[in-house]
Amino acid sequence: MSETVSERAATEPAPGEAILEVRDLVKHFPVRVGVLFKHVIGQVRAVDGVSFELRRGETLGVVGESGCGKSTLAQVLMRLEPPTSGTALYKGRDMFAMRGAELRKLRRSIQIVLQDPYTSLNPRMTVGDIVGEPFDIHPEVAPKGERRAKVRELLDVVGLNPEHINRYPHQFSGGQRQRIGIARALALRPEIIICDEPVSALDVSIQAQVMNLLGDLQSEFGLSYVFIAHDLSVVRHLSDRVAVMYLGKIVEIGTEDEIYSHPTHPYTQALLSAVPVADPTVRGQRQVIRLEGDVPSPVDPPSGCRFRTRCWKAQDVCAEEVPELVTRVAGHPSACHFAEERSVVP
Amino acid sequence: MAVQSMSGTGDLGEGTGVVPDAPLLEVEDLFVEFHTRDGVAKVLNGVSYHVDAGETLAVLGESGSGKSVTAQAIMGILDVPPAVVRSGAIRFRGEDLLKVSDGRRTELRGQGLAMVFQDALSALNPVFTVGFQIEEQLRVRLGMSRKDARKRAVELLDLVRIPNAARRVRQYPHEFSGGMRQRAMIAMSLALDPELLIADEPTTALDVTVQAQIMDLLKELQVERKMGLILITHDLGVVAEVADRIAVMYAGKIVEHADAVSLYRNPGHPYTAALLESLPRLDLKGTELKTIRGLPPSLLAIPPGCPFHPRCPMAEDRCRTEVPGDHRLGLGRTSKCHFAEELVGRV
Repeated sequence: MSETVSERAATEPAPGEAILEVRDLVKHFPVRVGVLFKHVIGQVRAVDGVSFELRRGETLGVVGESGCGKSTLAQVLMRLEPPTSGTALYKGRDMFAMRGAELRKLRRSIQIVLQDPYTSLNPRMTVGDIVGEPFDIHPEVAPKGERRAKVRELLDVVGLNPEHINRYPHQFSGGQRQRIGIARALALRPEIIICDEPVSALDVSIQAQVMNLLGDLQSEFGLSYVFIAHDLSVVRHLSDRVAVMYLGKIVEIGTEDEIYSHPTHPYTQALLSAVPVADPTVRGQRQVIRLEGDVPSPVDPPSGCRFRTRCWKAQDVCAEEVPELVTRVAGHPSACHFAEERSVVP
Repeated sequence: MAVQSMSGTGDLGEGTGVVPDAPLLEVEDLFVEFHTRDGVAKVLNGVSYHVDAGETLAVLGESGSGKSVTAQAIMGILDVPPAVVRSGAIRFRGEDLLKVSDGRRTELRGQGLAMVFQDALSALNPVFTVGFQIEEQLRVRLGMSRKDARKRAVELLDLVRIPNAARRVRQYPHEFSGGMRQRAMIAMSLALDPELLIADEPTTALDVTVQAQIMDLLKELQVERKMGLILITHDLGVVAEVADRIAVMYAGKIVEHADAVSLYRNPGHPYTAALLESLPRLDLKGTELKTIRGLPPSLLAIPPGCPFHPRCPMAEDRCRTEVPGDHRLGLGRTSKCHFAEELVGRV
């Protein structure tokens, strides 16, 4: 009884319609050597066959460790990098085939919030210029005379003082800068915002403020988020559904409850169990799955299942056969030949 | 209080002011200022803590709270100027590090106290092999031959569980993964068998699965060698897993000091309580996170009274004018809050 992800989505009544459908998305970066006669000696398989759908008004969390391809995924979805193969349908239309006016419209609809609020804002532009710049590129959204007022409104929406419109980024703290980044992303009234580690550079007390802001904006504007992060607690807090990535592939995908309370892929289980729990009384009593070694290089990923080199369940079949991302147990897809439910979160 | 000496590094106490029964490290009422273009930043405003051999003290705080500056002052690696140590004492086995000669400092660094830095890639020198960087101190400080130093370096890399140590020792930092670089840093800091290890955000740059490996390793080495460990971090999860005692820093002061279990169960300072409440949890999906309103204060203009009062939900008039002293809350527990007893009694 193995059904694929797409079949499952088709048979289940979706709470919101799919606004973005990603199918077998692949992004390889060539590895070149030589100065005069450059030649390609290999491919970094950053994203290697990723499929998911994003519904209107929901948050899809994408978790994984560094190098798993989650930021490359964001860049491809922003059309900052062309995909090697695969498709992504935005409201049923192929995103990667769009040109001209249609592409401009797409760029308005999908925006990004970047990780580092210190390097993602131009230090020589005022806040007003930064948040208003999208209007220069898409003048149809706001006529010139209304732009300052629009920017003030945006600053107010993200909880900044509209009077600070003429200040420069260095006059703001990290959390405030991230708010500026969010205001910039909101300027063109997008439908999808890709959040690439939006809170990982912030202190705990500030992180909570920005997470609450993201939640509020979502309900206010009906936004859909692709929320990329390595912090599993942060992802759980904001996400409706969660995809776990390892070496360019989604290894498990499901609702927030399915992934956190009923994980079936060994990597998900290891990842969850490794998160330190802020409670000293459970110290030493918690079952922690310790993974050996590091993530292999995406230039030369292991054959078969990519996690097998660090997996305690690995058998011969894992080296030979790539496990499909299909539902085997617990009602959600997991790319493991030996998927079984195991509760690891206390 | 016997000091383990695996590599036979000799006694540190010879002919110096070492007091055998004193705590391993004692920081007392440390004041540090930074003289900047914009004014005087009061970075440390009376920091006191101590660590015993075999004990883990976690120093918890957000950026700018002064946790790293304290560590730098202990190690004697503060940039002076702009930093100025105004007053206070840092006693290592009873010997005040702020008063000893530079020569004595150098002697203690590595063998007495060692430090693991957050960003291993920038802490390691990219143009020397990892082995060379570990061997350097063995050769200079212990007068080992190249051959012996190499042998010891391989042993150390083995100790921190770097696979294939004999080959890895000849590689450069860029050939190591993030987790392995951090291990190499730990190996380096352990080379002279220090009695106190200061780890400044040792796992912040690492992924959770690797973080778990490194924390396990640190803990194990610490128990094995009866080292004192100061763990500087902002991660409330990591602290809960390894700390014996916790010092919470805010605006250059230790606002709460408690054993790990009491602090998490029943925080004695509103700042600690707010930090714990603003943490998203892995075990349940919440709707709205509690936040701490406002921002940490600028160290150029720390608010009068309690530095936390502009953000504190419990603040009253006296908090705006009166600087709270240490309120004792039972064994070894203190809190710098006028309402500490009330706060703890509430639970």
